[in-house]
Amino acid sequence: MLQQRHLLGLEGYPAEDIQTIIDTGFKFREVLDRPIKKVPSLQGVTIVNLFFENSTRTRISFELAQKRLNADTVNFSATSSSLKKGESFKDTAQNIEAMKIDAVVMRHPTPGAPKHLTEFIDSVIINAGDGTHEHPTQAILDMMSLHEKFGRLNGLKVGILGDISHSRVALSNIFGLIIMGAEVTLCGPPNLIPPFIKDLGVNINYNVDEVIEWADALNVLRIQRERMGLGLVPSVREYRAMFGITQERLDKHKKEIVIMHPGPMNRGVEIDGSVADGDQAIILDQVLNGVASRMAILYLLCGGKSSEEGAS
Amino acid sequence: MIIEKIAKNLVLKNGTIIDPHRGKTYLGDVWVKDGKIAGVGKVEAPADSETIDCSGKVITHGFCDLHVHFREPGREDKETLKTGARAAMAGGFTRVCVMPNTNPPLDSPESINFIREKAEECPIHIHPIGAITKAQGGNDLTEMGLMHKEGAVAFSDDGLPIQDGAMMRIALEYSTLLNVPIINHAEDECLRAKGVMHEGIVSNHLGLSGNPDLAESAMVHRDLELAEFTGARLHVPHVSSEKAINHIRRMKSTNEKVTSEVTPHHLFFNDEALKSFNTNLKVAPPIRTERDRLALVEAVKDGTIDCIATDHAPHAIEDKETTFDLASFGMIGLESCFGAVNKVLVQDEGLLIEDVIELLTSKPRSIMGFEPNLFFVGEEAEITVLDTNKEWIFGKEHIQSRSKNSPFYGESLIGQVVITISRGQMSLI
Repeated sequence: MLQQRHLLGLEGYPAEDIQTIIDTGFKFREVLDRPIKKVPSLQGVTIVNLFFENSTRTRISFELAQKRLNADTVNFSATSSSLKKGESFKDTAQNIEAMKIDAVVMRHPTPGAPKHLTEFIDSVIINAGDGTHEHPTQAILDMMSLHEKFGRLNGLKVGILGDISHSRVALSNIFGLIIMGAEVTLCGPPNLIPPFIKDLGVNINYNVDEVIEWADALNVLRIQRERMGLGLVPSVREYRAMFGITQERLDKHKKEIVIMHPGPMNRGVEIDGSVADGDQAIILDQVLNGVASRMAILYLLCGGKSSEEGAS
Repeated sequence: MIIEKIAKNLVLKNGTIIDPHRGKTYLGDVWVKDGKIAGVGKVEAPADSETIDCSGKVITHGFCDLHVHFREPGREDKETLKTGARAAMAGGFTRVCVMPNTNPPLDSPESINFIREKAEECPIHIHPIGAITKAQGGNDLTEMGLMHKEGAVAFSDDGLPIQDGAMMRIALEYSTLLNVPIINHAEDECLRAKGVMHEGIVSNHLGLSGNPDLAESAMVHRDLELAEFTGARLHVPHVSSEKAINHIRRMKSTNEKVTSEVTPHHLFFNDEALKSFNTNLKVAPPIRTERDRLALVEAVKDGTIDCIATDHAPHAIEDKETTFDLASFGMIGLESCFGAVNKVLVQDEGLLIEDVIELLTSKPRSIMGFEPNLFFVGEEAEITVLDTNKEWIFGKEHIQSRSKNSPFYGESLIGQVVITISRGQMSLI
């Protein structure tokens, strides 16, 4: 069992619970390799996926995790919601809960929205991304993938590269990795790395080549094209020249380094296609671990038996 | 003025050598062999060397101006890199940084490369300063990283102040990647409004619309705060007001990354001179009161101001032969620079000639990261020979620039550049 009822973020999350989720995730990973990829662990549990913001992979990953566990699921997306008709966030949530549900997986554009939701309803809340705040399940799947590769997180050197200021993935990874004893170095354009973030116990180094030399693994974040219009990133070729994980740059270092990317990728911008498809990348492992770790999270928060039983 | 190739062995004999890098003054010779320094002080040059008697003259480093406008590309009728280089040599300058407000502006790696290639044909070293924002529009950051790789030594939207504080913050933050100075022409456009000269009693007398010192000092203050917050390098160009000086002085006591420059014309003139309605005195920021002028002198003395830069801004005759409100902003300044600052700072204000030379040589070089140790065997010869006591009247015949918009005509100056040696060439007046 986990100490917290909800999974709102990784800030202050107990290290042993992160480890429990990762361990349980590996158990479910085995389920996914079976011919029949389904266990009845959450039979009779009802989960609502409340998506107030577009999402493809996170939503599919959660839905698959729920189906693999035999839970009943309902999807809600903002585009088809009664919010359009003027209903408040609170009323929407309370109406859904009145239909007797057990858990809510929520994506929302506003930081703090999942926390807000806990004040209105009693169900278990899982944050699937709240604005530029946290994306805890992404960080957990990233950590699970690192664990799979290195057998540990403690003492691991992880670089996070890109637009840190606007990234919930970066923030949750920073919280999680530091709790688990890893060292984190942030890299990217100085105007996309918030100056105060050092206080979280991370290093900042604007020189990507130095970070590559230092790191065991590099988590390459998507550089959003919409940032280019705001004058924050001068151009694609400039970003590529200064920060792009190009084949040429990696070859220059002759160094074993694990390359991660939370997707969706801009091939030829922050990462070369050949790097993304190459031996050093574990990007598709991350996707698979996403389903397994989300099964673990759902199971541990909504099912509540030990990891052994859940996967059996 | 003639520019010729220097002899294989050239000896500048019996001069007063002022080495601003080492802080030493002594009598001696400078031997240049194949365009490089072969000896300084007591030299043993071959007997058939060409010699120039420099007794009574000062031999020092070539001057460095980190703020000129050479108008190429776009307004080659006003100045080109080549004509600008001639003007620079006439003024004792062997190294300049050109501002990017050309047409098109220097806002891409390709345009930086254009300047670098063209500069190869010139007798002095010309370094491009890149624009901060695309088309100097104040909105979108340029490809600073790629431009830096092509040779941009600093970034500025000179002439077009960055009004948006958030944009300035982004630019400063991004520049920390490259550790090069951001140079912001500091004038708040709203406060400046349609001002054509300093706002004060003289502008009231003349009925000309005023540009208050606040327009400068408010933006300087903003920039200083942003520089401290971001940890970036800020260089404040052409400081003109006591108010701005006070901000810079205060911030420099805690932030060593801030530097500043002053122009010869802001040290030489005050706004009384505009009573002539001479459009060549119309500059941005404007020439201010005597009180401001004296504050600038004081700031030079106490180190608040780091260097002299001319803001050499050529304009076509038709841009200046018009009414005061319609005339363009800017004046040329390379040829008159030394005579003007030497007169004000050494004769009137009692500074040492060594101090003035530092402001024109080692200090600007260190701001831009250029080699400051020039009197070093094997180093390329960048030398200026000065007749520091000569009194002369500045006239059109002293101008090498393609434009003639100088307010110094008829002014008595003290100290003249006699010889400039740069890139294997020598100019003689």
